[in-house]
Amino acid sequence: MTAAGTTAPAHAGAPTGAFGAAGPSGDASASHAESGAGRTADLATGPAADLQAGFEAEFEAAIAADERIEPRDWMPDDYRATLVRQMAQHAHSEIIGMQPEANWITRAPSLRRKAILMAKVQDEAGHGLYLYSAAETLGVSRGELLDKLHSGRQRYSSIFNYPSLTWADVGAIGWLVDGAAITNQVPLCRCSYGPYARAMVRVCKEESFHQRQGYELLLALSQGTEAQHAMAQDAVDRWWWPSLMMFGPPDAESAHSDRSMAWKIKRHSNDELRRRFVDICVPQAESLGLTLPDPALAWNEERGSHDFGPIDWQEFREVLRGNGPCNDRRLAQRRRAHEEGAWVREAAAAHAVRRGTAPHRQGATARPAAVPEPTVSAAVPAAAPGSGGGNDAEGTAI
Amino acid sequence: MTADHGPGASAATGPANGPANGTASRANDPGIGARSGVARPTGEPRLTGAPATAALALGDDALVLSHRLAEWAGHAPVLEEEVALANIALDLLGQARLLLSLAGDEDELAYLREERAFRNVQLVEQPNGDFAVTIARQLYFSVHQELLYTRLAAGGGPFAAVAAKAVKEVAYHRDHAEQWTLRLGDGTEESHRRMSAAVNGLWRFTGELFQPLEGLGLDPAAPAAMEAEWLERIASVLGRATLSVPDGPRHGAWAAGAGRQGLHTEPFGRMLAEMQHLHRSHPGASW
Repeated sequence: MTAAGTTAPAHAGAPTGAFGAAGPSGDASASHAESGAGRTADLATGPAADLQAGFEAEFEAAIAADERIEPRDWMPDDYRATLVRQMAQHAHSEIIGMQPEANWITRAPSLRRKAILMAKVQDEAGHGLYLYSAAETLGVSRGELLDKLHSGRQRYSSIFNYPSLTWADVGAIGWLVDGAAITNQVPLCRCSYGPYARAMVRVCKEESFHQRQGYELLLALSQGTEAQHAMAQDAVDRWWWPSLMMFGPPDAESAHSDRSMAWKIKRHSNDELRRRFVDICVPQAESLGLTLPDPALAWNEERGSHDFGPIDWQEFREVLRGNGPCNDRRLAQRRRAHEEGAWVREAAAAHAVRRGTAPHRQGATARPAAVPEPTVSAAVPAAAPGSGGGNDAEGTAI
Repeated sequence: MTADHGPGASAATGPANGPANGTASRANDPGIGARSGVARPTGEPRLTGAPATAALALGDDALVLSHRLAEWAGHAPVLEEEVALANIALDLLGQARLLLSLAGDEDELAYLREERAFRNVQLVEQPNGDFAVTIARQLYFSVHQELLYTRLAAGGGPFAAVAAKAVKEVAYHRDHAEQWTLRLGDGTEESHRRMSAAVNGLWRFTGELFQPLEGLGLDPAAPAAMEAEWLERIASVLGRATLSVPDGPRHGAWAAGAGRQGLHTEPFGRMLAEMQHLHRSHPGASW
């Protein structure tokens, strides 16, 4: 296990700290270990094993040379599983993340702000689509992933379990939440898996735009009336710590970090990105004329970086466990939309069959066409929101 | 707009910051003005008299329908529809902003008028209902808008410029509504039943679309001609969707039709209360 949390030895083994209890990767590394030990002799020594070893060597060489892994390339099962987990979680975060902001579309205080917010929420749906498509290159289907989200077997970012209580929250989400997401995602543009990296390039461009708009919204409030300024400060006070939690657990307790870094899925540790984010935010808060709710926040000359106060990891764990302020609500709305839309998807599928046309050929307009899901997903298994076992403990480092 | 704000953001957090990049996803989208937050037609003269009243009426139609569509955000039956419905809502909001700006200040007009002062047709204020109701409302309205804006764009009157931009958008809206009318009408038994109920339920709100509106600069015979063409096109789509053309009244005492006079249906006041609440709570503030 890493001592200071900054160095990242390759393959240090999956740490089993407070966050690393039982995740898919825990299962996966267990089965990997088993298959190594329990393999029968002829498989271990026969031509199949040689072939396997050749593939592995080629994969490792490609990673070492910073080449992109593409969908048809051989890849280790664990690499595939890790990517599916992370990309699905990322896609889920985009679509659940529509809710706290959509909450304010119908109350936006000017038509200009309303248009900006609508465009943003639309972009998030679009990001969800890119990411599900990218995940599908790994052999899973969107329907399958959505079922896992709806039944609590896959997660989304912890941040979206916080409520958006005032209009200023829309600005705070743009500035802080999108800011944290960008800090996390920019390195993913160099991720070793090609389709994910390419999706991130598109997503990051749009997210940067959203972040700027959030900042500008807060600035307008901060420079507005006394009541508006107070609204902005209150929102920043409520969103600051949850935004820092978006980077996931501390390095010493992050279950997947080391392996993800060795595979070049991840390029920086959770703590490193979190520090980088704090360093970016401090001067921005100053120019906004707002304060950050951390009395321990101070410049550390020696490190050339800011020191900041302790994060409430207990709260983080509770939110991940499903006990955050909005977990139930977010998942319930997502499930309801899916269930109430079932007849629409069934109709589209039946119509496509009758017309003998693939759904994707329908609605051939130049703009984003209404393409129904080609498959009608099975009934959603009922499960307590967010309480499904086997969730990854990476938290939200998306 | 925000070019010199967000210090550090561009340098430290992204390879590609800046408004220009943000438009990548909708590079071909005519509704793109919404992203830059600049919808106001600069240099275009404010209208007065009957044209201003007409601008208000058309602007209110677009504003109110946009709001209704935006209520779908996060509730759509499939992700592609999250994108499509938001796209249409954004186009309509862009139209509303252009039109209201021709009549006055867009925010004052949107946020500080009471229910009786709104001039939208009752069709657009109808609650979303299920997806079939939303699609039927879109079908009726977008066919009407396409017919109207095509004429306005060609007519050279005070709305020619706005209509020329909008007509490309409404062609997409109409196509989207038609495609879904076909899928739902000619889909499953359940979807047929719902789509049929939706087209019937909204039928009585459609006569109002063709009441003459002064100030548009159209030929006096235009509304009747548009209505005939509208009926023909709706009948064609419904026929292909295996649906019957409703036979209830579209005009007269038992059909709705007074939105242009500021008489609205009951759900509209509640919609406005939600839309205007924040703006009205901070008089004089800018956002």
